[in-house]
Amino acid sequence: MVNHSDQPCLVPLVQLQNISVRFEGVKALDGVEFSLEAGEIHCLAGENGSGKSTLIKVMTGVYKPTPDGKILVEGEHVDEMTPLEARAVKIGTIWQDLALFPHMTVYENIAITQILGNNPKIVNLKNLRSIAHDALSKLGVDIPLEEKVGSLPISQRQLVAIARALAQDCRVLIMDEANASLTHAETLKLTEIVRRLSERGISIVFVSHRLAEVLEISHRVTVLRDGRLVGVFPTQGMTQSRLSELMTGRTFANQSPRVRRANTEVVLQVVGCSRRGEFDDVCLSLQRGEILGFTGLLGAGRTELALTLFGMKRPDSGKLLLNGKRLRLRSNIEAISSGIAYLSEDRLQLGLVQEQSIASNIVAASLKSAMLGPFLSGRTLADIVSSWVRELKIKIGNAEDAINTLSGGNQQRAAIAKWLATNPQVLILDAPTVGVDVGARASIFRIVANLAKSGMSIIIISDEVPEVYFNCDRVLHFSSGKIKGEYFPQDCTVSDLERAVYG
Amino acid sequence: MGKFVRLGVAEKSLLVVILLQVIVIQSLSNQFLTSNNLMSILNVSSLNIIFAVGLLVVLLAGGIDISFAVACSVVQYVTASLMVSIGGGNWAIAVFSGVAVGVILSWINAGIIMKFRIVSIVVTIATFNIYFGLLMFFTRGTSIYNLPAWWTDRLILWEHQSEKGVWTELTLPVVVMFFAVIATWLLLARTNLGRQIYAFGDSLLAAERVGIDITRTYLIAYGWLGLMVGIGAIVQVHYAQEVVPNALYGRELDVLAAAVLGGARLGGGSGSVLGVVLGVLVITITQSGLNLVGASPYAYRMIVGAVILMAIVGYSRPFSSLLAKGLRKFGSGS
Amino acid sequence: MIKIGNRAIREILGFLLIYLLLAVVFEILNPGFWSTQIVLSMAVQLPELGLLTLAMFIPIVSGGLNLANTILANICGIVLAWFLVGYAGGEAPLIVVVFACLLALTIGFAFGAAMGTIVAYFGIHPIMVTLSMMIFLQGLGEFITRGGDISGLASNFQFLGYGTVIGVPIPLAVFVAASIICHLFMAKTPLGFTIYMIGSNIRASEFSGLATKRALIWIYAASGVLCAVAGIIMTARFNSVRVGHGESYLLISVLACFLGAVHPFGGFGRVSSVFLAVLILQLVSSGLNGLGANQHLSTALWGALLVLVMILRWALIRLSSSRL
Repeated sequence: MVNHSDQPCLVPLVQLQNISVRFEGVKALDGVEFSLEAGEIHCLAGENGSGKSTLIKVMTGVYKPTPDGKILVEGEHVDEMTPLEARAVKIGTIWQDLALFPHMTVYENIAITQILGNNPKIVNLKNLRSIAHDALSKLGVDIPLEEKVGSLPISQRQLVAIARALAQDCRVLIMDEANASLTHAETLKLTEIVRRLSERGISIVFVSHRLAEVLEISHRVTVLRDGRLVGVFPTQGMTQSRLSELMTGRTFANQSPRVRRANTEVVLQVVGCSRRGEFDDVCLSLQRGEILGFTGLLGAGRTELALTLFGMKRPDSGKLLLNGKRLRLRSNIEAISSGIAYLSEDRLQLGLVQEQSIASNIVAASLKSAMLGPFLSGRTLADIVSSWVRELKIKIGNAEDAINTLSGGNQQRAAIAKWLATNPQVLILDAPTVGVDVGARASIFRIVANLAKSGMSIIIISDEVPEVYFNCDRVLHFSSGKIKGEYFPQDCTVSDLERAVYG
Repeated sequence: MGKFVRLGVAEKSLLVVILLQVIVIQSLSNQFLTSNNLMSILNVSSLNIIFAVGLLVVLLAGGIDISFAVACSVVQYVTASLMVSIGGGNWAIAVFSGVAVGVILSWINAGIIMKFRIVSIVVTIATFNIYFGLLMFFTRGTSIYNLPAWWTDRLILWEHQSEKGVWTELTLPVVVMFFAVIATWLLLARTNLGRQIYAFGDSLLAAERVGIDITRTYLIAYGWLGLMVGIGAIVQVHYAQEVVPNALYGRELDVLAAAVLGGARLGGGSGSVLGVVLGVLVITITQSGLNLVGASPYAYRMIVGAVILMAIVGYSRPFSSLLAKGLRKFGSGS
Repeated sequence: MIKIGNRAIREILGFLLIYLLLAVVFEILNPGFWSTQIVLSMAVQLPELGLLTLAMFIPIVSGGLNLANTILANICGIVLAWFLVGYAGGEAPLIVVVFACLLALTIGFAFGAAMGTIVAYFGIHPIMVTLSMMIFLQGLGEFITRGGDISGLASNFQFLGYGTVIGVPIPLAVFVAASIICHLFMAKTPLGFTIYMIGSNIRASEFSGLATKRALIWIYAASGVLCAVAGIIMTARFNSVRVGHGESYLLISVLACFLGAVHPFGGFGRVSSVFLAVLILQLVSSGLNGLGANQHLSTALWGALLVLVMILRWALIRLSSSRL
């Protein structure tokens, strides 16, 4: 136990014991322990999909753990944690997805606790405004209080969510990727506030991708991997490379960047493309067989650019060239038929139709190749499915089962299969390892490497810097809609790139 | 936002529409802007406004209800029968019984929707038929006319005789409507419960996270509609002086139309008290205008339908961004 | 993708069992219920409900609803009758009858496509769009008919309601043909595939390169055409048409879809099951008639049945998930 404050604490403030959570038979958390001391800054570390957010939702009563799990607050057993109960024991949360009310005003979102409660009462709007004003000025930002949250840009929305948590009088503050879209200056401000809160005895649970930052401000770190506890470590003496080894279960020391490749002809070219508020004057080119990485903060314009290449957004200015020919895409259907495929970052909502069958999902983008007169040929469709299931070694029972019965890794392969069935020249993979367990990640990148070898051009978008560093031939750093730098992994180190991205 | 002060697209458009209607109808018939006609518009609108503000609360919570109008008939029949059987009764008993029955019928909807996770439109289509079928079956379609005198005696709260001898009267329904509007506005804009209803309809996910009791919020929303149905039922009997079991059949569509016209959106997140009040007024003025101008009364519903279709398209985000784009282009072109 | 597997066969057998059971129950309650007359009357009434149910089925599978289905059928019938009566009164050459039917189909298609376009391009919920359209069409119908009805149609048009083809009543033949086409459309064409995918998740479908907007227009256009066919048959059978005719079919068609195991939020559902559900509901309707049940009591019963079917569905899901 680390004793960072002067008072000896006998009982941890919050304790989670033997927490397991299942979703439709899949274990998201498996016997995880967690304990939080008063006044400590405790980091929860792990890759995407390792169960950090799930653990937080258990702690705040959004998810129920299986009955053998226990939640204790100040040593007292909490029978049933609910969002209301969490508020009663003064746990405040900044959610990764923000959980704001888009049609309500900034001040109502921030002072939401004043609106809650089951006993009817008149809301004192003046009071709400002053609470919101105070919280925002603590953060040192100025956002119009009467504005509807839905009309704010993402980074301001994130600040509203932070202000909402600060406005609550809480003993525990949980921050799930609270700075994902904040600039360096804003993040510094946030770090300072977190320190101050901790000095006042408030405990902070901190979830972040930025390892340097994690090590800098937190006292202890709990590492999760694939829904299991790896261990709890003091941050003193911990290094970034050790932490990332713990998180991924791989030693990057043995891993090396890809071998330098010879130049080939350019397949895709983006010339001076801009979209108001999303990206600005982007120029890039992609060669045959090349794996190009996009990295940067949330909201840096990576996904928006990818959607433009995929025909789902139209650039305000600039042009796209495919094999030297001007490409004017009016829809993603046209993008697909010209040979551009896009694997969405959000597999649950956009990447796959979760309720429908594995077979339907795999053939969804290539129905044209299975036509027999006006009808779909059941046999051709079945052939497409079985050949890709074999090719990508997707583990399935029956192809007619719903795709949400598969593990994350197998779902992602099925999603890749859907795009490979369209025979693309350019494959864009947006956050391809989100919710994929560590073992399966390597095999997905092996598939990607093989595709590149066969001549396909690939773009990988990821906010996990090591992921693009080790799997791409070239990495572009995006920041506020612009390309800030170009890196060749052979010529730099992971930390160089991380420093560039996280500042 | 449930605020009078800040006008949204719907409220602004409706105010403009009403202004245009008034100008056109007045210039064609010259009888529109008389205190008598204006008051009669309020009289005719009052029940619909009482219903509409109740329905607004349900729509804001993300639900829908099409059974409330026939539920209102059930309330009237039950209350009237009760009054007759206890030999008269009085306002207090009638209001109490009306509200109780109204809230119960509305909670039946909410209960089925929440407990069995069924879409609200399907549940209320079903209860619409159940309520109406049973009402017609048990009453055999007969009306009640022998109502207690306290109920049917005209209560005129203010009256004024013009020089030509035409009486202008402020009647009970209008006063009750006024209170219903104020109360609903207070609920939605100024109480924590109302803001929770609004928040719940705005984002279910966020509502769950911050710990809004969802079942309770739903019951409050439907309960408020039930309350309005109960009050509306008593007032309507007073106004119509009779209870006709199928008199309100189909009224739900007029009210829904008005609410939608007022900017309320299915699925919550938008809609204001002022908007739905203006929505009802636009529809009533249309009807009254057609009368005054002497147009075919059969055109009324068609016009209302066309207006609503235009309204839902006009209020939609794709339309406004299209409009904005067009205006930008126009602006940069000239 | 819908394949006829074991589950489908089990479902069909289940429905047939329910049908037999009900058939026996009605015979016991009302001895002499089963007669050639009742079979014939069911065969004549069934298609109206059946076609309107198909018109409800396609939107429901896509995650929507078509609340305007009965009114749209009325409108198609009204326009057709208005044209026929205006043109020829009691007698009309075949070509005019054919033209009138085509006119009705076009009207159905056009209003359906209009609803689909609003849903697709303005992102408004189908409940709102079809409800608004329902109000508009009611008004349009009242305007055309002046609140009354149009009757006295050409005798060779009435043939569509009463005639037979090789012993099969024409309405029944039309319904069976429509069901088969609907099945092929939903199960075997890219558009049908898209409709199922849209029903589960429209945005993910769009990201997969499926033409979701075009599909939405076709969904409601197809629904509109089916309404038109139902409207033509209803007009022919009654030799008259008015607004609000067959209003109760709105509820029963929703009921038939859910009884036919269509997923209430879309994405799943088979024409075969819905077809059998329609048979069952027609049997219930005729059975209640045979028992001399009060019309209003039947209305309430349909409503209760709808709630019951949904609760049963809920219970079945609870049961199967707790067994896991």
